[in-house]
Amino acid sequence: MTYTIRLNVNGKEHTVEVPSRRLLIDCLRYDLGLTGTKEGCSVGVCGACTVLMDGKPISSCLALALFADGKEIVTVEGLAREDRLDRVQQAFIDYGGFQCGICTPGMVVTAKALLDENPDPSVDEIKEWMMGNLCRCTGYYKVIESIQGAARRKRQAGDSDEGL
Amino acid sequence: MKSFTNVNPKDPQEAAALLKKAIEKGQTASLAGGGSDLLGMIKDDLVGPDVVVNLKGLSALREIESHSQGVRIGGLVTLEELSQHPLIRSQYTVLAEAAGTVATPQIRNVGTVAGNICQRPWCWYFRQGFPCFKHGGDRCYSVVGQNQLHAIFGGGPSFIVHPSDTAPALMALEARFRIVGPHGERVVPASEFFILPREDVSRENVLEPDEVLVEIELPPAVQNGRSTYVKIMDREAWTHAVLSVAMALEINDGVCRKARVVLGAVAPIPWRLPNVERILVGQRITADLAGDAGRAAVSRAQPLAKNGYKIPLTEALVRRTLLSLAG
Repeated sequence: MTYTIRLNVNGKEHTVEVPSRRLLIDCLRYDLGLTGTKEGCSVGVCGACTVLMDGKPISSCLALALFADGKEIVTVEGLAREDRLDRVQQAFIDYGGFQCGICTPGMVVTAKALLDENPDPSVDEIKEWMMGNLCRCTGYYKVIESIQGAARRKRQAGDSDEGL
Repeated sequence: MKSFTNVNPKDPQEAAALLKKAIEKGQTASLAGGGSDLLGMIKDDLVGPDVVVNLKGLSALREIESHSQGVRIGGLVTLEELSQHPLIRSQYTVLAEAAGTVATPQIRNVGTVAGNICQRPWCWYFRQGFPCFKHGGDRCYSVVGQNQLHAIFGGGPSFIVHPSDTAPALMALEARFRIVGPHGERVVPASEFFILPREDVSRENVLEPDEVLVEIELPPAVQNGRSTYVKIMDREAWTHAVLSVAMALEINDGVCRKARVVLGAVAPIPWRLPNVERILVGQRITADLAGDAGRAAVSRAQPLAKNGYKIPLTEALVRRTLLSLAG
């Protein structure tokens, strides 16, 4: 069976024909060409495939596209504005928050959701929030420093913040 | 992964009717709330439903509602919502804590409380598709196999442990489950919802294939009540319990008036310990009494070859949780 679903991805409306068994990650990557989201474990364990659904981090390998019908999705491609990186992306570069990079798109969108909810997270709050994002290079300290760095810059920007 | 027909009922009655209709046509049907456990099982070819009854449109089941007789929690409330809800955190702490320990934030944002209660076992033989009792086979592979994580209470013929974190908490809170079927609805206390393999080895609870767990009813919070959920894992985060305890006490003037002690991950169902509760009621909770309670907790344990470590672990967990909760 195929179904017609509507997705708002990174602010853009899409109408997609999907088979019942189409995973959300495959819909994003193959139907919409948004290959920034990576598939790691395929069983919801590693968090590499994290996207935001209605603002909340979810594992897109453990969701059917059908189940995202009518939802707002944000992938890593939706963070930058034109050629300007989101603050979280820039901090991951500046603080060396990645090694091989396969977990990074999931790390970045999960961290983005954290800072949207809590602009000044403690190290423990960062660890708690990020527990579903595994880094097989085990670069966790740099990830924490990146998120703290992004949080600090966001607070320093204060009211003049342009949201990036 | 097999293709299926997706249907979107508008209410629980229609969901039950759709399940019944599919079954009558000889089709296999599955319910999906968040769909995480179901999709994992479909991907691993452990189930292959012809019809998925998708509950996403049942917005009435996404509410947590307080009223004079207690609290109603819709079955589709996510584990994350449950763990963050102010009233649940303050008055029904054991449930908020249990929901907050499930899996990852990514899964808690999708996974529902009804789905957590009804999730299938995580026995490695079952999840690897071994033809065990739970798959309609004729044996439990854990008996002479790798049984480190299996049951020390209530086992036989299958020795799975019930994997839910919220189920022991709900049993400790004396919750009741509202179930809708094609011919009406029924309310089942949490203590009667789960069934042992010796009663029916094919399933973990009383739900018929055409029934839907729609709502959880919590009794009014008790004054002087306190509760907690403690989960032991083989790493610090993001896994199933090796062992857990849900404990709810009512303490007036230093004396325990009521106690509910329920273990998780030690039996095929959440395992209540009435003998421990009897030791506590009417007493001040001292280190000696907590020691007695810990020993009583394991007095009837029957370990398999490789899970004997759960006995001292259970004893210590009950003793320590009791002291920290009463202290």
